[in-house]
Amino acid sequence: MTKKLMKGSEAIGEAAVQAGCKLFFGYPITPQNEIPEYMSMRLPQVGGTFVQAESEVAASNMIYGAAGAGERVMTSSSSPGVSLMAEAISYLAGSELPAVIVNIVRAGPGLGGILPSQGDYFQATRALGHGDFRVLVLAPWSIQEAADLVQDAFDLADYYRNPVMVLGDGLIGQMMEPVEFSDGRDPIKEIEPKDWATTGCDGSRPPNVANSLFLDPEELERHNLRLKAKFDAMSEVEVRYEAYGLDNDYDVLIVAYGTVARVCSTAMEELENEGVSAALIRPITLFPFPFEAVREAAMKASSVLVVELSTGQMIEDVQLALARNRPIHFYNRLGGMLVSPDEVVAKVKSMLDGSSEEVHHG
Amino acid sequence: MPQIVINPDRCKGCELCVHACPQQILGMGKKINNKGYLYAEVVEQMRCIGCRLCCITCPDVAIEMEVNGAMYHYFSY
Amino acid sequence: MAETVFARPQALADVDTHYCPGCTHGVIHRLVAEVLDELGVRERTVGVAPVGCAVLAYNYFNTDFQQAAHGRAPAVATGVKKARPDLIVFAYQGDGDLASIGMAEIVHCANRGEKVTVVFVNNAIYGMTGGQMAPTTMPGQVATTCQLGRDVEQTGHPIRVSELLSTLRTPAFIARATVHNPLVAVHAKEMLRRAFRYQVEGVCFSLVEILSTCPTNWGIPPAESMSWLEKNMLPYYPVGIYKTPDSGSREPKPMTDSGGPPCNAM
Repeated sequence: MTKKLMKGSEAIGEAAVQAGCKLFFGYPITPQNEIPEYMSMRLPQVGGTFVQAESEVAASNMIYGAAGAGERVMTSSSSPGVSLMAEAISYLAGSELPAVIVNIVRAGPGLGGILPSQGDYFQATRALGHGDFRVLVLAPWSIQEAADLVQDAFDLADYYRNPVMVLGDGLIGQMMEPVEFSDGRDPIKEIEPKDWATTGCDGSRPPNVANSLFLDPEELERHNLRLKAKFDAMSEVEVRYEAYGLDNDYDVLIVAYGTVARVCSTAMEELENEGVSAALIRPITLFPFPFEAVREAAMKASSVLVVELSTGQMIEDVQLALARNRPIHFYNRLGGMLVSPDEVVAKVKSMLDGSSEEVHHG
Repeated sequence: MPQIVINPDRCKGCELCVHACPQQILGMGKKINNKGYLYAEVVEQMRCIGCRLCCITCPDVAIEMEVNGAMYHYFSY
Repeated sequence: MAETVFARPQALADVDTHYCPGCTHGVIHRLVAEVLDELGVRERTVGVAPVGCAVLAYNYFNTDFQQAAHGRAPAVATGVKKARPDLIVFAYQGDGDLASIGMAEIVHCANRGEKVTVVFVNNAIYGMTGGQMAPTTMPGQVATTCQLGRDVEQTGHPIRVSELLSTLRTPAFIARATVHNPLVAVHAKEMLRRAFRYQVEGVCFSLVEILSTCPTNWGIPPAESMSWLEKNMLPYYPVGIYKTPDSGSREPKPMTDSGGPPCNAM
């Protein structure tokens, strides 16, 4: 298939279609409106169905119904809308139903702003809904990666029978970059047939019930342990990250994800030109977080810099990874302001000349 | 001849069938079932006209009706 | 040679239910199951259970089922029907589920014209949670969150869902029935039959509101609760067919110049 210049939102929609997703239920919210708009045009072309629901509450419950009936399904929203989906996401996890949820993060809290942010890290990795469950979170840094991760997300969701989140931001949604969709892509996991789906019971099997209600505490405990085993398996097998410059000697390790990692990557090049060596590690799965990889990379540095568009969320996972073995510095912008390579360069230099204060002690 | 069959263990003693029967042939018994409810019983099977109102009214499908020979249905159900 | 002329329908599971003695959920479950059997659609039916007394409905039907979050059954049903249009999908909801938290979902499901069937059990109170006021609770009726009786000055009037939904333009079958005695239950079954038949024929959205009793939370025995329903609920919630797919909508007419009420031609 040829490379095509596509807007991020459209690439995400097209990736879903390529993955065999024929159902999309969503609600408009800036800055991801292009996703439902694209799906409303594209799905009828492939015999699929698009529904603009009355709210994100409704949309998230519609994906529950469709997932329960055994079909691949996606929804997309932005931060405030994802908050509305919390109950349904918890129900999806509790009922072991697969779905792909795209969050194009905007600045918060509350109504916030419409410009990019990374302020939903806690929500995505810890608190997508009530109860004991985790959601696999994939964070792309380019349009091509977004398209690839969306397709992977469907396979992962079906394999684990759990919702999977693709976490982007307004830049990923709005940027245009070349994207290539491969013909005949193989699934990345071996997926069982969905004989648990509610497709009508003719008596050849007991009725299937998509359900998360277990009033008997012993039964619910068993159910929770079964779910936990899935999340432990994810932690074991699904960690993804990319590292740059680890082969050189470096004083500073930068940890960043998504589009902020791209900014840091440019900053690294500028620092290189000035003879300063820094390395970068960018988690791709935010859950499961690459604790081991971050720790190993950090041990070769004298200090670590975390760059985020938030008041400090991923930095807590970095803190967990390092266990006080290295000092951690922090650079951030908020409210929709973006980080620039110059700012990162200046911050790294201030770390090296001692003028930057660490936020977590080594 | 219509025959009313009440399953004592399904009955919850709500007494709706007793009130529903136009022939007043049902009554509450004096024994309790395995749930502790006093269950309904057919008091006068002979006077049953096979109207099925008791079956229709029972929320627990505790009442079934069998028929020997031809039966006239007063209403379609 | 004895022939069984009334027995448990196949679509109804052969189990005891947890419903209170005299609760009309049992009757309505059986009517729905009978209709599914008669229409021959049991094997391709998926039900959607509410949060409410009927939360365990999936244990009482021999069909596939999905448990929905509170109020969201119409959205879940939409998802199932869009995923598999060949399935017969029904949502079963109480007054809190449908008329309180789920008000947006039912209105929009009906307005989009999703070809699903909704069974709305209206017993003018919240059953499962112990008898709180419902949007359908009658003025003056005592409930645990209006212990001096519902005061319409504070809480407004009860909502008439069948009338409300019948004002939508999208074709639908909207009917209200009651099960306070077996003969009217026969009529309720006919309404359910029509509602499901519209779905089988792929025509439109259908909803049957069924007036029901709650002896436990009304605080009166089952037989007395049937009379209470007839005396207090029936005049406010009239039984009848409020909309058929070809009848258009009950467009409310603007008030007259003299300030009189709109003309309720039905």
